[in-house]
Amino acid sequence: MKPAPFRYHAPRTEAEALSLLAELAPEEGRVIAGGQSLVPAMALRVARPSHLVDINNVAGFDRLAVEDGWLRVGPLVRHAALGEGAVPGPLGRLLEVVRGQIAHLPIRTRGTVCGSLANADPASEWCLLAATLGARFHVRSLRGERVIEADAFFGGFMTTALAPDEILVELRLPVLSDAAHTGFHEFSRRAGDFAQAAALAVLELREGVIAAPRLGLGAVEDRPRRLLEAEALLAGRAPSEALFREAATTARAGLVPVDEDPYRLDLAETVIRRALSAAAGMPAP
Amino acid sequence: MSDAMHDLTLTLNGQAHAIRVEARRTLADALREDCGLTGTHLGCEHGVCGACTVLMDGQPVRACLLFAVQAEGRAIRTVEGLAKGGALNPLQRAFAENHALQCGYCTPGFLMLGTAILETDPGISDEALVEALSSNLCRCTGYANIARAIRAAADAMSTEGAA
Ligand SMILES: Cc1cc2nc3c(=O)[nH]c(=O)nc-3n(C[C@H](O)[C@H](O)[C@H](O)COP(=O)(O)OP(=O)(O)OC[C@H]3O[C@@H](n4cnc5c(N)ncnc54)[C@H](O)[C@@H]3O)c2cc1C
Ligand code: FES
Ligand code: FES
Repeated sequence: MKPAPFRYHAPRTEAEALSLLAELAPEEGRVIAGGQSLVPAMALRVARPSHLVDINNVAGFDRLAVEDGWLRVGPLVRHAALGEGAVPGPLGRLLEVVRGQIAHLPIRTRGTVCGSLANADPASEWCLLAATLGARFHVRSLRGERVIEADAFFGGFMTTALAPDEILVELRLPVLSDAAHTGFHEFSRRAGDFAQAAALAVLELREGVIAAPRLGLGAVEDRPRRLLEAEALLAGRAPSEALFREAATTARAGLVPVDEDPYRLDLAETVIRRALSAAAGMPAP
Repeated sequence: MSDAMHDLTLTLNGQAHAIRVEARRTLADALREDCGLTGTHLGCEHGVCGACTVLMDGQPVRACLLFAVQAEGRAIRTVEGLAKGGALNPLQRAFAENHALQCGYCTPGFLMLGTAILETDPGISDEALVEALSSNLCRCTGYANIARAIRAAADAMSTEGAA
């Protein structure tokens, strides 16, 4: 359970970090942020980076600000920092609920939001949130900056559109309107464990019917994604248990789960119904 | 690979410790092997059990998931820093009085987690306390007495503070 040897680099500026990564990525150099996924992988020798570029001392990487309707999250914003204090309104309340499901206190003080996204575990709560809300990913390398949309960022099981020399320098989450209602539900075997299925619903209620629904599912397929067919079915209808059951059944038919276990699909339906019910202010089915 | 060795000064319980380690040396191993502070325990070595929990700049962290090189310049507190002049502190006393340990393997981690809880949220709700304690594993006590001990320490400290 001891990591293999590596060389350690601790840049203090973004420019320095990017040039180190440009030089070392071809030799299996990697970024380390919170280390809460990478170090366990190194201890198990599943990961054996030859160089670590530690971004924990990079000036300005801990920025967290609301600007032009976006919550901008820098690479050193820890899980613990992304809650109600980060942004008022429905988005802040949602972040608070979601954060409470991620690992445990001593991991939340260290692990980063951007690290979770770069790691792209299909069960990651932040990945589900980013996929459902339509986040934008700002990434940089010595070659320049590009912006990746959420549906293009996640490429499959622990795979993203990031190139080895790129750093995710900012996650942008759209600030939710005050009229937005949100519901999040996850099932995991023990407190703090990765989810076996998790769903997030965001919707508005206008004159008794659902408007602008967004429904996302994580931990079931190889990456989190929006369930567009179920969303189409929900729009313009009045919330009811029967409607949410129908949405869950519709979603299930289109799922390609990571394993053959039918139990996981049952869980998917249940978390979808519970997330929708929570968003609509109805009791959990 | 001598050029891969790092000369560091760690600040542990307020005292400077100069050590020479490889980059891959975790903080937990550095505490135990290089600094002689064996109070911090290692269970799983991959972040799950919490036996290695220490405080870094006042926040609880897993010492097995940090490299010692990353801890330079930060204030690290371990279980050795709790007792003063051989006298147990209120949290340690509460653990003893409430039967919050049996084998003791998890105890240093729980004491440091408990210290963080008492320092940041002494009036913590029962629900939040249980959630916070789910961070660490104990195979002996069943957790109820650990929660009771932390509550008792919070009460003892608030009456001491008021007196
Ligand atoms: C016991 C335990 C339980 C956990 N439970 C959960 C859980 O329930 N849900 C959950 O989502 N997570 C969980 N985690 C993982 C945790 O949330 C991690 O913090 C997170 O997955 C990775 O973030 P990090 O900052 O620690 O990244 P690191 O471990 O430092 O890095 C992870 C990967 O991302 C890359 N990387 C990091 N930052 C960047 C960046 N800015 N740009 C480019 N690449 C980058 C690294 O090179 C590495 O490949 C758990 C961890 C532990 C130890
Ligand atoms: S030894 Fe660090 S969490 Fe188990
Ligand atoms: S007292 Fe034995 S593991 Fe907790």
